[in-house]
Amino acid sequence: MTSFINNTIERIRAHRMAASLLFLLIFPFLMPYETLAINILIFGLYAVGFNLLFGYTGMLSFGHAAFLGVGSYLAGIAVVHAGWPWWAAIGVGVAASCFAGLVIGFLAIRTRGIYFSMVTLALAQIVYYGFYKAERWTGGENGLRGVRVEAITVPGLPGVSIDFLNPLNKYYVILVFVALALWFVSRLLDSPFGAVIEAIRENEKRAAACGYDVARSKLLVFVLSAGICGLAGALRALHLSIVPIDSLHYLQSGQAVMMCLLGGMGTFLGPFIGAAVFLYLEDVVTNVTRYWMGVVGIVFMVFVLFFPKGVWGTTLDWVARWQRKANVNNAAKDQS
Amino acid sequence: MAGLTLELFALQLMTGIALGAVYALLAIGLSLIFGMLTVVNFAHGAFFMVGAFFGVYTMGLTGSFWFSLVLVPIATGLLGLVCERFLVRSLYGRGIDYPLLLTFGLSYVLIEAMRIIFGIEGLPSSTPAELKGSVNLGFRHFPLYRLFLIAATAVIVLGLWLFIEKTRYGLIIRAGSRDPEIVKVLGIDIAKVWLLVFGIGTAIAGLSGLLAAPTRAVNPEMGIPILAESFVVTVVGGMGSLPGAVVAGLLVGIVFAMTSLFAPEYAEMSIFVLMAVVLLIRPQGFFGKAGLMS
Amino acid sequence: MTLSTPSFNVNRRAIIVGGAAVAVAPALLNVARAQSSTIKIGFPVPLTGAFSAEAQDQVRAAEIAIREFNESGGFNGQKAELLVRDDKLNPGEAATRTLELIEKDKVNFVVGSLSAATQLSINAVCRDRKIIFNSISQSDAINEAKDWSLYTFHEALNPHLTAGAVARYAFPKFGKKIVYLTADYAYGHEMVRGFQRAGQAFGAQTLADIRHPLGAADYSAFLPRIQSLKPDVLVLCNFGRDLVNSAKQVTDFGLKTNTKVIAPVLLYTSRLAGGAEAFEGILGGTSYYWGMEDKIPAAKAFNDKFRKAHGGAVPSDYGALGYAGVRSVLQAVRDAKSTDSMKVSIALRQLRYNFYKGEQFYRKCDHQSIQSVVIVESKSKNMKDKYDVFNVLSIEAPDEKNLRTCEEMGHKIST
Repeated sequence: MTSFINNTIERIRAHRMAASLLFLLIFPFLMPYETLAINILIFGLYAVGFNLLFGYTGMLSFGHAAFLGVGSYLAGIAVVHAGWPWWAAIGVGVAASCFAGLVIGFLAIRTRGIYFSMVTLALAQIVYYGFYKAERWTGGENGLRGVRVEAITVPGLPGVSIDFLNPLNKYYVILVFVALALWFVSRLLDSPFGAVIEAIRENEKRAAACGYDVARSKLLVFVLSAGICGLAGALRALHLSIVPIDSLHYLQSGQAVMMCLLGGMGTFLGPFIGAAVFLYLEDVVTNVTRYWMGVVGIVFMVFVLFFPKGVWGTTLDWVARWQRKANVNNAAKDQS
Repeated sequence: MAGLTLELFALQLMTGIALGAVYALLAIGLSLIFGMLTVVNFAHGAFFMVGAFFGVYTMGLTGSFWFSLVLVPIATGLLGLVCERFLVRSLYGRGIDYPLLLTFGLSYVLIEAMRIIFGIEGLPSSTPAELKGSVNLGFRHFPLYRLFLIAATAVIVLGLWLFIEKTRYGLIIRAGSRDPEIVKVLGIDIAKVWLLVFGIGTAIAGLSGLLAAPTRAVNPEMGIPILAESFVVTVVGGMGSLPGAVVAGLLVGIVFAMTSLFAPEYAEMSIFVLMAVVLLIRPQGFFGKAGLMS
Repeated sequence: MTLSTPSFNVNRRAIIVGGAAVAVAPALLNVARAQSSTIKIGFPVPLTGAFSAEAQDQVRAAEIAIREFNESGGFNGQKAELLVRDDKLNPGEAATRTLELIEKDKVNFVVGSLSAATQLSINAVCRDRKIIFNSISQSDAINEAKDWSLYTFHEALNPHLTAGAVARYAFPKFGKKIVYLTADYAYGHEMVRGFQRAGQAFGAQTLADIRHPLGAADYSAFLPRIQSLKPDVLVLCNFGRDLVNSAKQVTDFGLKTNTKVIAPVLLYTSRLAGGAEAFEGILGGTSYYWGMEDKIPAAKAFNDKFRKAHGGAVPSDYGALGYAGVRSVLQAVRDAKSTDSMKVSIALRQLRYNFYKGEQFYRKCDHQSIQSVVIVESKSKNMKDKYDVFNVLSIEAPDEKNLRTCEEMGHKIST
């Protein structure tokens, strides 16, 4: 029995991408309602994008909501004010958030440590106020409404029209983008560039001594991280058909940090799992008690104190440990 | 701007100083905790809120504001001691992120606790009878209570300064922030020092909550926006610097007040702009040590 | 000092906490909803957050409407059911909850919301899926052509009407020089516009419109300038906790000695939270105050129902909206003899009702409920009991002329 489980684990590990994709394909049927599954996809991507900077490069940003929000708003504005099709809106959202990442990143990477975190917080708040005041474009406090995409049509493929109001269809369309983005991030991390940013996290001076342009690498990963979060934002705008102003608020930035911690910042899928756990927990708890904030706070503290590797990190640890023991037992059995 | 007179300007300045007094007190606590423990206390706003609730409650029970002034910091300080001993302490040495995240979760719990104990609406608070009314400052009338606020802050800052500069405990605290290893080698239990500092920090936060309570609505969410503003002050003044906290607190209060006079809708944004500018030109703030926490 | 004790007396479906729950097989949404055994009304309101007290009152009152409907036979053998959800006063969360109510719980109608932003987001989700949404909180925007749809209804007052009514009462009495202290968001701006429009008839002059950040805790920075302007009337154009804070500080700074302070919306819960002293002498508008029962028999009937169900407590202004919002929809179901959205919408458009405050009906072009506005003044003396906090100064009769015109709202034809 143990060897069967062991073999299954090994096979999953060998085909990680396929296994994750398979799971995500059946995911909406595991959740109480599709919208929750879609929210998990979107915030999972947001957390993974954030973790590119936090877990892999070691830079804790308190202002990543700016990129989620810019992606949402620009995609929404493209649909509402310019009447552009959905795929152009997504493109605009990603491009705009990359640009925002360039500007904020350029200013922020001059600082380090806690000051870096504070600069990103301050700059993101300024973006928040800017969008708040630009009422004609963004709707101000009322948010941007009317981001209506009723049918997904693909340019160049006439006759293909997917009803976007159907929640299951919406999930799979969004999954396509999320899966592609996740694949992109995983290839990035496996590439030499991925090694460079981890080297920067471990010891910046040594990375510089090895001849890597630290400032440029930091800026590049900042922009990429912003772009991924912007994609999540653009998808969110299409999903909810509104863009709420607090997409840009620092509490939204704090959520990214929470999700990474809950899932485990040291792993690729950790943040995604963290987002799923966080949103599912909040949904379930909100329907059971009105003291959901307290429950979330307690769960959070428990994780920080006892499970610093997060849900996924700890799970991977346990699995590895179990496997080692199983192999040791097998080896002992062979010997006797 | 029509009607701008020297009188109005002076009155606005006074208002800014009174605002700044609350900011300064909060920033002192934050700076103290960060300077000594390198812990970013995300629950600081929650302690402020708890102090306000305790204060209004004890004022209602005992009828005496002065009694509450003594009781509240002790209560919130004790709460801080408990949190440090059982929660924060286990996270030392794990890097700056973990205590930060823990205090973030702690703030959620404290807010919910106050909702459960005192209800979701909060408590109505009013200025204590002895401090009602306004004072003729020569150019205008200014609320007596706000003058008291400024005076109280000055007294607390002075007391703290004397404590840190002139007493033995203060000496240990200063040494501990400079070099915790040597302090340990000298036979002093650094853990007790950290416990004390956290307690002092939260005590001051609670006290500032009590002092601010008569001027604003006391409800469970009152600590959230003030936390962001406190971070602005702490950063501008320099994390870990007490004189910085005081100077920056007053500066931020005055900037907010002055912006409110000329462009009120940008008042809140202006302090974040100030924060960004200071961080980009001089990241360690006015009085902070360069290279801290890199 | 009042300690308010929360009493959460809500009848709602609790979702079973468990492991993975199997999702409901997604049905095509645009097909008419299958006949289910109950008429489901989704009720997303901010049960947690700054307006939780008002929201919980809305739930209590809405339940009375449901109970009445069921006890009087329901419709076609079907009983009504209220599905309450917490939207946390957050528009993104409100959209998610509304999607959950529509997709998972298959609600027939949605009533709810307690802020401008959340009602607009709930409305956006509902109208795309052709579900009727009856909003029970203030907004000017929801009736405008951009956000509106045939399925959008607005039971609550709007800022323009409320501000106008208060202006028409106060400006002739207290003076022409007006200063506004306005919360800097759409709702605040709408209030100011309403005051200024109505004020034109009385020659009111705006000395200044001072915008403060939404949710500001400390207003001291704005008060010296107001003092120096020496207005006849100071209008606190903000809401809920902002109003409590600003009223308090205006009192502390002694502004009331030479200036009359008025507010467009004077909430019952705000008055309780702020206390008698902070609100002394302040007058404002409201959709409902229980003290109207001396003059309005429907109010007495409603108050008695509420008292009976909740141990002598009286309904608040927003609470009453919860009752009316749900009851109108259920009445329209009976009138239309159907739960189909389009048929119920037509019935609502023709409804004339008097559920708790006098005659009401929905204007055809924008589905705004035309109703009276009550002017109240806070009192601190001669209070018969803890509920007796306002004096009713006047009740402005419902009049379509007090609203903005259909054309102004962007509606091309007066359907």
